[in-house]
Amino acid sequence: MLGLFWAVLRRDLLLAFRQRGVLVHHLMFFLLVVALFPLGTAADRSMLVAVSPALIWMAVLLAALLSLQRLFRPDYEDGTLEQYLLSPEPLALIALAKVTAYWLSSGLVFVIASPLLILLLGVPPQAVGVMMASLALGTPTLGLIGAIGTALTLSLPRAGLLLSLLIFPLYVPILIFGAGAMRAAISGLPYAGPLDLLGALLALGVIGAPWAIAAALRISLE
Amino acid sequence: MRWFHRFGSLPYFYRVSGPLAWWFAVPGLLMAGYGIFAGLALVPPDYQQGDAFRIIYIHVPSAWLSLFGYTAMAVAGFVTLVWRLKLAEIFIVAAAPVGASFTFLALVTGSIWGKPMWGTWWVWDARLTSELILLFLYLGVLALHSAIESPRTAARACALLSLVGVINVPIIHYSVDWWNTLHQGSTVNLLGHSHMETNMLVPLLLGALGFTFIFGWLTLWGMRVQLLWRERRSRWVGRILEADDRHVTHRS
Repeated sequence: MLGLFWAVLRRDLLLAFRQRGVLVHHLMFFLLVVALFPLGTAADRSMLVAVSPALIWMAVLLAALLSLQRLFRPDYEDGTLEQYLLSPEPLALIALAKVTAYWLSSGLVFVIASPLLILLLGVPPQAVGVMMASLALGTPTLGLIGAIGTALTLSLPRAGLLLSLLIFPLYVPILIFGAGAMRAAISGLPYAGPLDLLGALLALGVIGAPWAIAAALRISLE
Repeated sequence: MRWFHRFGSLPYFYRVSGPLAWWFAVPGLLMAGYGIFAGLALVPPDYQQGDAFRIIYIHVPSAWLSLFGYTAMAVAGFVTLVWRLKLAEIFIVAAAPVGASFTFLALVTGSIWGKPMWGTWWVWDARLTSELILLFLYLGVLALHSAIESPRTAARACALLSLVGVINVPIIHYSVDWWNTLHQGSTVNLLGHSHMETNMLVPLLLGALGFTFIFGWLTLWGMRVQLLWRERRSRWVGRILEADDRHVTHRS
């Protein structure tokens, strides 16, 4: 069981890191969205700090939406996914391994890169740790929920807009708790509550989402 | 168990659902009609809100049906995925537009009520926000259904999506609650005037029950249309259509 998990994880990570360009693209997208935002407003520092939680989380949501479309697509196109479905191994575990690899190559990049944003947006230093923690707890859940939507729209060639319709409403709690924790930290309020809830959502996602992803893959490839 | 299998057979369902629809339509229209009439004409005006409160006789049933419809879709989704019952698939597809319409109606009536009461069409109140997101969840199901061509795959995909959605509805509601209480100390509570006089409450409950019957009626008709369309190549649908044709030519 664990061997299967590691094998799929290793394969997907290898594939991701062989195309280093894609990793850089994720990072650049994230930075560009955040960097362009002040250009559309009066560059008022206090206002930027006030909207920074929403801005950072919106950038993460958009990046997730764009990158999630690649989650199952290559495997679907070259037939690997069908082999996964036919194999006697549990599909949910394979799905969990794929989402883990996806997160390590995209979500984790955002977590590591996010301190750069304190320079751009002037986020106070005491909120940086909370921002990284909220991203670290929230982005895996984005991947798990998003993977359900991706799996459902797999057989559709251009599903980008549709995917956003399916998964953005489901992202509401993560957005609220993730940005909420940051907002609380910026204004010096207790932030443990929303972080705990993000952790709870992640636990729920890890337990429940792989089954839903597996079921969705079976429906799409029927 | 015998009736269960019989009801699962599509031609049988088609035959029975026609007359059954009347059993939903007549009581539904009567009760909803009474509820609205009593709400508009018989019930005394509210001592605080005057006549503006009368919109709840449409608003509350709509809000109730928005939640009821989504829950029913999720139950049908579970049945679809576990027992592969075709009728449950068709129910999801037929109930989604009806539920979405009631959700929209609840938002619109709430907004119309909010304008004179709160002085604004829209407040980021927890209840309003969750209702709006519920509308998006409905629209997601509708969009997914229209995007996938094969009707069976589309219905099964919608089944899974509504099941995932229904797990999220309480989480979304709770998170929006939390967000709002952090945001603006005191929230505007729709149920602030929790004590309702019996003469006001009875038409409301009857109306809600009546609207629920109307929901069932519309969904049943939607199911019949879906059924005919999906099974349009089968022999039993051909026979029904032929009979209809003969009926029409005979009359003309």
